[in-house]
Amino acid sequence: MILNNLKKLEKLVNSELASKVQRSVIENNELLIEIKDVELIDVIQFLKSNDSCKFRQLIDIAGVDYPENEKRFQLVYLFLSHEKNIRIKLLIKFNLDQIIPSITKIFPSANWMEREVFDMYGVKFKNHPDLRRILTDYNFKGHPLRKDFPLTGFNEVRYSEKEKKVVYESVKLEQNYRNFDFESPWEGTKYIKEVKELGKDEKKN
Amino acid sequence: MKKKTKTMNLNFGPQHPAAHGVLRLILELDGEVVEKADPHIGLLHRGTEKLIEHKTYTQALPYFDRLDYVAPMNQEHAFALAAEKLLNIEVPIRAKYIRVIFCEIGRILSHILNVTTQALDVGALTPSLWGFEERETLMTFYERASGSRLHANYFRTGGVHQDLPIKLIEDIEKFCRSFPKIIDDLEGLLTDNRIFKQRNVEIGIVSKQEALDHSFSGVMLRGSGVPWDLRRSQPYEIYKDLDFKIPVGKNGDCYDRYLCRIEEMRESVKIILQCIDKLPKGPVKSIDGKISPPKREELKESMEALIHHFKLFTEGYRVPKGDVYTAVEAPKGEFGVYLISDGSNKPYRCKIRAPGFSHLQAMDYLIRGHMLADVPAVLGSLDIVFGEVDR
Repeated sequence: MILNNLKKLEKLVNSELASKVQRSVIENNELLIEIKDVELIDVIQFLKSNDSCKFRQLIDIAGVDYPENEKRFQLVYLFLSHEKNIRIKLLIKFNLDQIIPSITKIFPSANWMEREVFDMYGVKFKNHPDLRRILTDYNFKGHPLRKDFPLTGFNEVRYSEKEKKVVYESVKLEQNYRNFDFESPWEGTKYIKEVKELGKDEKKN
Repeated sequence: MKKKTKTMNLNFGPQHPAAHGVLRLILELDGEVVEKADPHIGLLHRGTEKLIEHKTYTQALPYFDRLDYVAPMNQEHAFALAAEKLLNIEVPIRAKYIRVIFCEIGRILSHILNVTTQALDVGALTPSLWGFEERETLMTFYERASGSRLHANYFRTGGVHQDLPIKLIEDIEKFCRSFPKIIDDLEGLLTDNRIFKQRNVEIGIVSKQEALDHSFSGVMLRGSGVPWDLRRSQPYEIYKDLDFKIPVGKNGDCYDRYLCRIEEMRESVKIILQCIDKLPKGPVKSIDGKISPPKREELKESMEALIHHFKLFTEGYRVPKGDVYTAVEAPKGEFGVYLISDGSNKPYRCKIRAPGFSHLQAMDYLIRGHMLADVPAVLGSLDIVFGEVDR
């Protein structure tokens, strides 16, 4: 049922937007379409207004960082259509020097979501009404969700009794954060072990 | 001669009791009328998403308890569902029922807190005292199932951590029989209360269209007359076999949202009773030894179980490559997890979609033109918990 609807939607998007769609896949019962960042506004307008889509709710904008890729960053826009009861994911890939058009005109709720992406990844948005940091501290430097940002961060905060105010210092750790690599190539058994019958287990408890 | 007026800036919070946490709201006031509200959030930002990228799937789960700490298990649920979708595993039927029972308990927990603190914000003390007694009972149910009152870590990938202790189900049923009376009492204090109505009716009105534009979900959306509930429209677990109603508001004001929450509590009680009635026997977690840990008594007899246990709690399980978005109807709205796996034992990216984030964003639009005294009333009915807004 859901899969059929998704296939229909995929067909529609591919035929209506034709060259704008670079790639479309259905995986795990979810439709993802990849587009160019310059066509973002057009595509979202279409998805919102077209009668057989009606994606009138923006659920979230998720940034993703792939440092080793040629186009390092990705943005995933998640949309929901109440009328059609269907979801869609929109993917754009871009470099850091690119400026992404803001969709706050189409979806007012994109305001904070884009601010969050700016805060976490340093992605800049064109025509955003108020592009400030949102979740991190005032005067924070760096973009924490980038893969090259260390988990422990750079600064720590404490109240200084001497200066009678909160002071910022660089992080001093007794021991560096250890990122254990527990992954092993061992696969384990292929079969699923039988469960013991329940009656016996209950008595043991 | 025209009188010159000057707007005044007022800092509301971050340590204001009616801010429901650490919200710093910068208000621009013209006399007593709010002209602009600029919420500053992030004072409770703990970098959950970054931390999750460095933890195995098992270790990532407890972080979800700490998001919306008023209804912890509902959050875990979204993450567990996301991992299960990627792993493509089926959850045993008994686990599904247990999950639904505890999700609804979470909904009642959250709604009691919200309804009573909303009343507290507008000047009624008694409801919160009565409500918290019930919350305490519910939290003992959490404790008896999972071992802790708040940070449960109970919904694991592939099922739930442990089977319910004997008698817990009986006690939950007893609670469900007596709780509607408490809701009646609360309603007796509030629903027709003149002061409560004066403070809430026609305050913070959201129209249907604006609710959609601002990405509202949950009660915020239903209060404005949009009949949308993920439990009904995109059912997960066993919600499609259950009989429950979805209360919808008419005017989209604070009072309608309060009424919706009250009705939702009644429906939750019905859902729990149905689940208790139907609760089947069987395993409570996936029997795949590579995803769910073996039972303790097995460890003492079976070498294989010991190996599985060791591998699961050091390396964890590996999740196939892919990305997935799953959402649940948390008490506050659509709580979603967008999970990207690169095929290793740690999530590559885990974006948490918190309903409160979108709701708080609309604060400026909701409060513009209202009086200063309406700020706590609107804030209360938005149902904000900073654990999930700041993440």
